[in-house]
Amino acid sequence: MNAVKLRPASLVQHAILWVAVVLILFPPSILVLNAFKSKTEFSQTSVFKLPDSFLNFENFGTVMTRAHLDRAYLNTLTIIVIAVIGNVLLGTMVAYILGRFDFKLKKTVLGAYIAVSFVPTITTQVATFTVVHNLHLYNTIWASIVLHLGTNVLQIFIYLQFLHNIPRELDEAAMMEGASLFRIYRTIIFPLLTPATATIVIIKTIDIYNDMFIPYLYMPAQKLAVVSTSLMNFSSERSTEWELMSAAILMIMVPIVVVYLFFQKYVFAGIVNGAVK
Amino acid sequence: MIDSISYGRQKRILIILFLLVPIALLAMFALYPALYLVYLSFMSWDGFSPEKTWVGVGNYKDVFANKEIWETFLHNLVYLGWGLFQNALGLFFALLLNSKLKGRNAYRVMLFMPYIMNGVAVAYMFNYVFNSEYGSFNTLLRSVGLDSLAISWFGSAHAVNHVLGFITLWKFMGLNMVIYLAALQSVPSEIIEAARMDGASRLQTSLRVVLPNITKVIELNLFLTIIGTLEIFDLPFILTGGGPLGASDTFLTKTIDTAFKFNNFGMASAMSVTLITIVIVVLSIQRFATRRWSD
Repeated sequence: MNAVKLRPASLVQHAILWVAVVLILFPPSILVLNAFKSKTEFSQTSVFKLPDSFLNFENFGTVMTRAHLDRAYLNTLTIIVIAVIGNVLLGTMVAYILGRFDFKLKKTVLGAYIAVSFVPTITTQVATFTVVHNLHLYNTIWASIVLHLGTNVLQIFIYLQFLHNIPRELDEAAMMEGASLFRIYRTIIFPLLTPATATIVIIKTIDIYNDMFIPYLYMPAQKLAVVSTSLMNFSSERSTEWELMSAAILMIMVPIVVVYLFFQKYVFAGIVNGAVK
Repeated sequence: MIDSISYGRQKRILIILFLLVPIALLAMFALYPALYLVYLSFMSWDGFSPEKTWVGVGNYKDVFANKEIWETFLHNLVYLGWGLFQNALGLFFALLLNSKLKGRNAYRVMLFMPYIMNGVAVAYMFNYVFNSEYGSFNTLLRSVGLDSLAISWFGSAHAVNHVLGFITLWKFMGLNMVIYLAALQSVPSEIIEAARMDGASRLQTSLRVVLPNITKVIELNLFLTIIGTLEIFDLPFILTGGGPLGASDTFLTKTIDTAFKFNNFGMASAMSVTLITIVIVVLSIQRFATRRWSD
């Protein structure tokens, strides 16, 4: 139990973990080394050499304008904000109904959510494509929003788990005072579900930010490009200009890593809940 | 005003109001596409013309007769090999971090980080690691005199799936680790302390006491890996486009190409239904196995 002192065993543990950390940081650090190099500097030096200056932000500026990253960030953010708000509202609503009331089709509703979770979304895109097309959502930002809006079995389970810990006596006390069921949802259930909501907001944000498939398939218009697809577009034009690509990749990668570092607690809570269910 | 309605009525109204939109979304974008997919799999359709022709099981016959499609599963098998290794590593690091090691949370945050990175960015990043001429990996190999090993990683039919499998491991090892770690932390510390008191070494405690307590989670992780392997798509799609000459095609890249490149939606649907069936069979086996364990 005195592992804090440097026993030889824990030295070995640290050494092994450091090897893993180096292997994980190796690819991104190559990007960091080269994103700050000018074109000539890149062609004349080894990829492992430090840049002349870490203050040379020119590549980042170039990428921002040429890859239209400002637009991509804005599109991604729009989708995230609308879809996540909708997601939280719908998720808490479904959980409130399933967690607090008994009705005939309750098992069917939960069963439907479980059933579709068995079908990997990516495999049904051939058919979903037709639906999106018929709803005239193809090549609009709503395609992405609507497809991310619906709640899923994982979120319902996370919410239900928290809901069971909110004592029913709170509901009953409010009912004694004549509060409507909607009021109970709005003033008691929804606020008390905040910890679960925080987890879902973070997980969903990461999910949407990293999504490539839906925007690629349903929003091919240049002006609708999100972070993932704008990087793909940029690469198809300039994959040989490494110093620019390095900067571009970093600009796509870093924001979500920062979100993760700040909110890691919620990320881990979501992952663990999702897997162990 | 609603306060004056009886709770029984309120309940009925609320159930309908609150479930309306979520169920509509579920029906439109999950249930209906799944059923429509089955319907399409019996049709011959190019994806946009109003004409669909009934072809019965013709698409399925084509899928099952097409050797190229089934050979892609051999590529998925390579990913499975890397996936098993990834699981072993995940468990190993979880065991390492399930101690009072200094800075263990920082290590956990680091090792898990690749999982939350943008997949497209990760793909292009590794494009520069494994590029044959200027890639950092080959530069590294050449600098230590291993020039003969510095091959064209994405250009070699033998190497390409292993490179992609390695990148998958790099990205997903942390996920396995975090799940294992959560399971390990739920093993009651009394059992572990008792074993230690009885003189069991750390290794013995891990192998004989801790592992038997998390068999279910090991199994879960293995099935997650198998299903993840069947659904490999992004990496080959972005990095190699299935090349060289289809050497890195997976079942899903082939399916998506069949639909959106060759406009054969019927056949693509039959392929999707086939894959979904396989996934469901794997999941059912897992359910069955889990039940058997817990009995």
